[in-house]
Amino acid sequence: MISKFRQVLNSGKFVVTSEIGPPKGTNIEKMLHHIDLLKDKVDALNVTDHQSSVMRFPSIGGCLAIKEQGGEPILQMTCRDRNRLALQAELLLAYTRGIRNVLCLTGDAIPVGDHKEAKGVFDLDSVQLLRAIRQMEAGKDLGGNELDGTIEFCAGAIVTPEARPIEPQLIKFEKKVEAGAEFFQTQAVYDLDNFAKFMQYARQFSVKILAGIVLLSSASMAKYMTENVPGIFVPKYLIDELASAPRGEALNKGKEIAGRMVATLKKESICDGVHIMAIRREEVVPDILAIAGL
Amino acid sequence: MKSITKQKPFDEVKQQLDRFDRVCIVGCGTCATMTKTGGREEVLNMKEHLQELGKLVTGWTVIPTACDEMTEGALNLIQGIQNANCILVMACALGVHKVNLYIDKPVIPALDTLFIGVEDSPGYFHEVCAQCGQCVLGETAGICPLTACHKGLLNGPCGGTNNGKCEVDKEKDCAWTLIYQRLKEQGRLDLMHKYHPPKNYQVVPRPRVIKLV
Ligand code: SF4
Ligand code: SF4
Repeated sequence: MISKFRQVLNSGKFVVTSEIGPPKGTNIEKMLHHIDLLKDKVDALNVTDHQSSVMRFPSIGGCLAIKEQGGEPILQMTCRDRNRLALQAELLLAYTRGIRNVLCLTGDAIPVGDHKEAKGVFDLDSVQLLRAIRQMEAGKDLGGNELDGTIEFCAGAIVTPEARPIEPQLIKFEKKVEAGAEFFQTQAVYDLDNFAKFMQYARQFSVKILAGIVLLSSASMAKYMTENVPGIFVPKYLIDELASAPRGEALNKGKEIAGRMVATLKKESICDGVHIMAIRREEVVPDILAIAGL
Repeated sequence: MKSITKQKPFDEVKQQLDRFDRVCIVGCGTCATMTKTGGREEVLNMKEHLQELGKLVTGWTVIPTACDEMTEGALNLIQGIQNANCILVMACALGVHKVNLYIDKPVIPALDTLFIGVEDSPGYFHEVCAQCGQCVLGETAGICPLTACHKGLLNGPCGGTNNGKCEVDKEKDCAWTLIYQRLKEQGRLDLMHKYHPPKNYQVVPRPRVIKLV
């Protein structure tokens, strides 16, 4: 069984992914509801891995739930919490349970999260993790030992097109491509002209790029992200547009902006697809898709 | 090279000394003097504080370099050390280790050893090397990614880098931006494209002991 998601990526269709944030605790009702709501509307669903270094229900648990409901999961794996033994073991487990897509990330730093005194692992980095996958696919683990049964994954990574300075980020992007990344989901992009420039550069590599779309829920949230989240810049005209929305309508305005961006990216064939992140508001993703005409 | 230390909160010192009523204090004339954590002045301050607590300070000294071989002799010279039922060491952990080696009495650290670093400007110290056993400085423009990058990344910056600062602290430089700038200035940016395989974290497995030649 090969990755359904890889088939979609290679089909030439405009690809849509979204993501699920698992709960802090065992109450998975809401997560299951979100999966149910989204699994047939998108090509694949990421499950975040202790996003922002906040301890939660694990990514692999969410991915298994997606499989059970007939969806296509993308397992997010960060290098923050597991050493090379644990990462490889999880890849073995994921493979045997039918998970075929992995997104390799370095992971946020421990001090930004909610277990500030924990030990950050970072035994591998994202580039090394991608290479580990390819090496295991060839039949050997990182210790050089033969595997009794191998894996096969559609492996992806992330890139921040608005990072400043950009050149070190692009060098790392190229290292990820060389390491075997097939697709990239980007950090949130808002300035589509800037993003189109990034795409001109990225087109020289044979990888698929899904633009990160993060729902803006209010003008203050947009401002906060621009000021505090590395690599995110919301242009002033979008902040003004959000601020101009009538009382209680900011979220709708945010959905409209996101939908409009998705539609433009598709219409102008700027990139290969989108990755929609509606952090803690997963239920509005279908509205964004409807606005985008998808 | 300097061992950078910080004084433990006095409450912690107090709690560690709970069962001892006669204390001998040992400071260090090298790193701990420079960091103002265990020099003459700090030792005398500690003496006063302990006396206020009702402890008997049987003796005190500042050993020129506590981690040195001479420590054994210097300890023997302290008047009143025999009378103490514990030694409070105001030196880095290397000094604590030495004192512990030469004396049969309980040894208590008064400082926390933070890292091996250098002083940039008076009072400001930064770590430059974590003694990883496999130095990559030749390929990273002399800036250590294991020490200066919060995540110890070997293959370039994470997505948290922000206008040259690190995601953990807006006041701290992103090591990989510094490495990039320096390599670029030196016309060696090709080095940043080089893949670094997973690091060997067992060059000298712990406990680290080695016989050289
Ligand atoms: S790479 Fe860094 S930690 Fe390792 S020996 Fe060199 S300076 Fe020290
Ligand atoms: S921002 Fe720079 S220094 Fe901080 S963890 Fe990321 S790469 Fe390392």
